[in-house]
Order: sequence, then structure tokens, then C-alpha cells
Amino acid sequence: MVDIAWSEFTPWTALAGGILIGLAAASFVLLNGRIAGISGILGGLLTPSTGDIGWRVAFMAGLIGAPLLWILAADMPPINVEAGYPALIVAGLLVGIGTRYGSGCTSGHGVCGLSRLSPRSLVATLTFMATGFVTVFLIRHALGV
Amino acid sequence: MKFSVAAFLSGLIFGLGLILSGMANPEKVLGFLDLAGLWDPSLAFVMGGAILVGLVAFTVARKRTLSFLGFNMKLPASTHIDSRLVVGSLMFGVGWGIAGFCPGPGLVALGAGELKAVVFVSSMVAGMGVYEWIERKRSAA
Repeated sequence: MVDIAWSEFTPWTALAGGILIGLAAASFVLLNGRIAGISGILGGLLTPSTGDIGWRVAFMAGLIGAPLLWILAADMPPINVEAGYPALIVAGLLVGIGTRYGSGCTSGHGVCGLSRLSPRSLVATLTFMATGFVTVFLIRHALGV
Repeated sequence: MKFSVAAFLSGLIFGLGLILSGMANPEKVLGFLDLAGLWDPSLAFVMGGAILVGLVAFTVARKRTLSFLGFNMKLPASTHIDSRLVVGSLMFGVGWGIAGFCPGPGLVALGAGELKAVVFVSSMVAGMGVYEWIERKRSAA
């Protein structure tokens, strides 16, 4: 059976944060008529076309600027990265190439796609969740790195 | 201009949600992905909360041709499940499992000044560049 890490379990902040993410996706589709898919919004900046740059930069500025607004009100929660630099480079390449080929990531497929009841996004989400679970299992338990 | 201001606000709220939820912390993400260790189910609540709101929003959005600010609705039309979707998602999941970062949290952690996130995001953007390069070569061939 699965052992729950009760001391790490934070259902209320997780739920509240999730609702905020949902509200962001909601405002983006209802005000802008677009899918709040982070990999797509960022990736589109690599093949810029006229009139398609400003809003992408604006969305990214909001996302990257969020910690600056946060620290005005509260302490920033810890960000602990276990992976070393070589692993982060490999991971970044896989995430960059993979999300573009797969047309989305946790936000576009996981949040927006599942909310739209899109079969494509369901397949994508189940696939990246599965390989995420398997990868962590291999690294932490099979290889014992 | 209106479009970009709304996009900025959506990005900002998205980022605050990622911080509050714990998703901006790779340690927490890996705690969720580690079923065989001590499992932290918190991230299921993040997805649950986000989709709960999303279901309502997209139900409204689907019935409209224009957004509330008067822009065209651009929702994905493709329903085709192909190898690109599956192989791309496979690769993404492996990278996510290695680092504990997906694109949004990587960018938020970068904004928080985390050096490791700078490396991850730089590499991710390079990966997106590799994708564009391969696609261009393929379409030229």
C-alpha cells in the first residue's frame, strides 16, 4: 500500500492554489479567448509573428513577476531543487522538446484540456503523469541515485 | 493593449496560484510523483481545484464565439490522437520526473531568483528551439 506523507500533506493551500490557477485559466479563456498553456505561450515566442508577441511577453511577465508580488505580502515558500545541474539540463531539454511535440504541458493539457473534456489532453495528461511516476520510481528506488 | 493587460493579469494570478499551491517547489512535486516512497497527495488537490473552476469557465467559453473583451475564441480544434502527442508527452513526463519542474513552476522559480530554475528554463527554451529547428528542416525537406 501507499504510505502517505502526512507531515508534508497540505490539502488546503493546494486546493486554494489550484483554485487560483483555475481562475487564471478561466480569466484567460473568458477575457482573451485563449488556452492558458504555458509551454505554448512561451514556445510561440520562438517563431514570432507580428501582433503575436506582446501578449505572450505580458503573460510571461505576470508569471515570472508573481514571486515579486508575493514577497510584498508574505515570505516566499521554499523552493528546493534536488536535481543537480547536469540533470536539470537534460530535464529542461526533454520538457522543452516534449511539450512542443505533445502540444502542451501540465497547464494546457492538465488544467485547460481536462476542463474542456478533451480526449487528446486526457491521453497527454495520463501519458506524462505515467512517465513522471515511472521516472521518479527509477531514480529514487530502482537506481537509488 | 487590453489583450496584453488581461494576459499579464492571468499570468500573474497563475503564478500566485503555483506559489500558494506548492507546485513551484520541485521537492513537493517529486513527493507527489514518488508513489513508492512517502507519498504527498497534495498536488491532486491542486489539479482538482483548478479543474473545478476550469470546468465552469470552459462550459461558458465553449458556447461563445467572442470573449467577454470581444476577442475571437481560439480553442484547439484538433481531436486527433497521434504519435506526436504521445511521444512528446512521454518525453515531457521523463523531464518532469527528473527535475520536478514543469514549464510554469520553472518560470515562477526563475522569477524567485532560483539559480537552478534559470538553468532549467534556459535548457527548456533551448529544447523548444531544437523542436522548431527540426520542424523547419522537416518542412524544407
